[in-house]
Amino acid sequence: MAEPAAPRTPAPWNNPRIRALVFQGLALVLVLWFFWTIFQNTLTNMESRGITTGFGFLDNTAGFGILFSLIPYDEADTYGRTFIVGILNTLLVSGLGIVFATVIGFVLGVARLSNNWLIAKIALVYIEITRNIPPLLMIFFWYFAVLRTLPSPRGSLEFPGAMFLNNRGLYIPWPHPEPGFWVVGVTLIAVLVGAALLLRWSKKRQDETGVRFPAWPVSVLLVIGLPTLVFLLMGSPVTLDRPELKGFNFRGGVQLIPELISLWLALTIYTAAFIGEIVRSGIESVSHGQTEASQALGLSRGKTLRLIIIPQAMRVIIPPLTSEYLNLTKNSSLATAIGYPDLVAVFMGTTLNQTGQAVEIVAMTMAVYLSISLIISLLMNLYNRAVALKER
Amino acid sequence: MMRFAAALVAGAATVALSTSAAFAAETLDAVKERGEVVCGVSTGLPGFSNPDESGQWSGIDVDVCRAVGAAVLGDADKVKFVPLTAKERFTALQSGEIDILSRNTTWTLTRDSSLGLNFAGVNYYDGQGFLVKKDLGVSSATELDGASVCIQAGTTTELNLADYFRFKGMEYSPVVFDTSDQTVQGFSAGRCDVLTSDQSQLYALRTKLDDPDSAMVLPEVISKEPLGPVVRQGDDQWFNIVKWTLFAQLNAEELGVTMDNVEDMKSSDNPSIKRLIGTDGDMGEKLGLAADWAANVVAQVGNYGEMFERNVGMDTPLQIARGLNALWTAGGIQYAPPIR
Repeated sequence: MAEPAAPRTPAPWNNPRIRALVFQGLALVLVLWFFWTIFQNTLTNMESRGITTGFGFLDNTAGFGILFSLIPYDEADTYGRTFIVGILNTLLVSGLGIVFATVIGFVLGVARLSNNWLIAKIALVYIEITRNIPPLLMIFFWYFAVLRTLPSPRGSLEFPGAMFLNNRGLYIPWPHPEPGFWVVGVTLIAVLVGAALLLRWSKKRQDETGVRFPAWPVSVLLVIGLPTLVFLLMGSPVTLDRPELKGFNFRGGVQLIPELISLWLALTIYTAAFIGEIVRSGIESVSHGQTEASQALGLSRGKTLRLIIIPQAMRVIIPPLTSEYLNLTKNSSLATAIGYPDLVAVFMGTTLNQTGQAVEIVAMTMAVYLSISLIISLLMNLYNRAVALKER
Repeated sequence: MMRFAAALVAGAATVALSTSAAFAAETLDAVKERGEVVCGVSTGLPGFSNPDESGQWSGIDVDVCRAVGAAVLGDADKVKFVPLTAKERFTALQSGEIDILSRNTTWTLTRDSSLGLNFAGVNYYDGQGFLVKKDLGVSSATELDGASVCIQAGTTTELNLADYFRFKGMEYSPVVFDTSDQTVQGFSAGRCDVLTSDQSQLYALRTKLDDPDSAMVLPEVISKEPLGPVVRQGDDQWFNIVKWTLFAQLNAEELGVTMDNVEDMKSSDNPSIKRLIGTDGDMGEKLGLAADWAANVVAQVGNYGEMFERNVGMDTPLQIARGLNALWTAGGIQYAPPIR
């Protein structure tokens, strides 16, 4: 009897979806207008005060030297190139820091939960000391405290293999390939591909038949042995560029400047403490029943950790680990305090001062840090998706 | 709706922000209203701008600002000092945070033309030199091939250094620090063989070393560094006040008017002196200041020679001779246009 009510279409101004869209659009327009006005206002004011604006300065000759660069750079290059040099130096120290902080952090996290009283307490003391000191102090400590104790170039500490350590940094010999070296390179790539295939094959065979093949020892032997053999057969086509004391300083080889070493050490040691705690919390989040079950199946302690605990702990570890990576990258800008030529020191320091174009340069620098951080986040999120719990 | 409200607030803020803030002819009024001159100085450079234990600033750059305080407000102590690193200095002035930048700043074409700033004169003629440890066994800058050089970021010295080594075909590695204190620390820690800066600074920085006698300044001067106070472009009245305060000090020295005799000089018959100390003519009025503006400057800060000797002269730890900074009548190049 009761007829189903005809679906009434509400008036557009009462439709929640349309209303939401309209107001969001309005908000967007206002926000854009806000930023556009600020932008225009800045430009007008700078122009009325006779301050040069625009990005034309990037093509001008820089005219100053930079201590350390990954790409060829000299005083005749442009300000634009100092920007690239700065970015690369920032990426270098951040990358080195992230890799080593992760390794040390994982060791610390596992050590913190060790049954061995001494190891657990050493990890605890390390974490409590380092994470409670500001990173800038840590950088100063490694730079000034350690640097002052090193000898001058003329009294360098010599290490086997023509390595020298003094207060100008660590000098190591560097191989220069000669004609014929490419054969060794090609062999190495071929062997690496071969080893990867071998590992896949052996895993597949074990999954199917249960028969094990010592794939790891065999591939390591192949990867090291074959290229070495080829290298010797080709008559060692490499010359070593050894550092030598000439005048005041060493020339030749590769120089790791003390600014890089101390910044790298400080960032690594500082961030590793936080990563250690993250790893510990991750491991503790895996229920103890998992350990008991795997031991009941007869897996050794090491295998329990490697195959059962860590893969499950990763889901808890990855998100906060991303934050630590971002922190480390941003903390690398403290380099400016000790003169490591990172983006902030070179581009927002010297370049800004020589050109005076603060607004453009600060904006560019911020954009770079934002991009680096977003890329790290993106990569970590992709990895997180790969290890996240999959509902099957 | 919250979002909409937030957007409205943002919109209102934009309207508030969009009033263009021009600086034309408003610095003097702002200073008078505030009752003090805000002066940008270095973070600590003996002889130029350096705070003592009680936080009192002294030095030749500090005195330039104190003289402006005396000229404008009649009291040389009505000056607030803002310590700035080399990197911060121009932005602080451009943004209106300070009224004068008096921070051993070199006058160059680029800075004068593209930063929206004006240089108001030269209170110290300087040149860039090198400080080395004596045990390095170097007696000339031409022997510095391959040296590591400690240097402060954001200075003309960075460019001169690059030019000099490149022109001489020598290699060097620049170690760049943020403040002059860090630069000295890096040098005394042995990070570099050479510290380069303006010569006057080298003498000042040398006094900060643990053992000042272990280091020496090399004879070469590789650049011209005219140092002087800087003001914002577009406010000509303020620019004139700062410029003529310095000229008044130079004229006072030339005319023999000193801190001690300025009161007696008020009865002088010399027309130049009468115009300077305001007993004749309307020189102060033309600048928008009181008639006794220059008399106040000389009475409270002294003439140029007194200012020089007190801060960096032979009786100070810096022991710098007048040299280029002597008056033109005494073989130097300090020369001020006449007050008339």
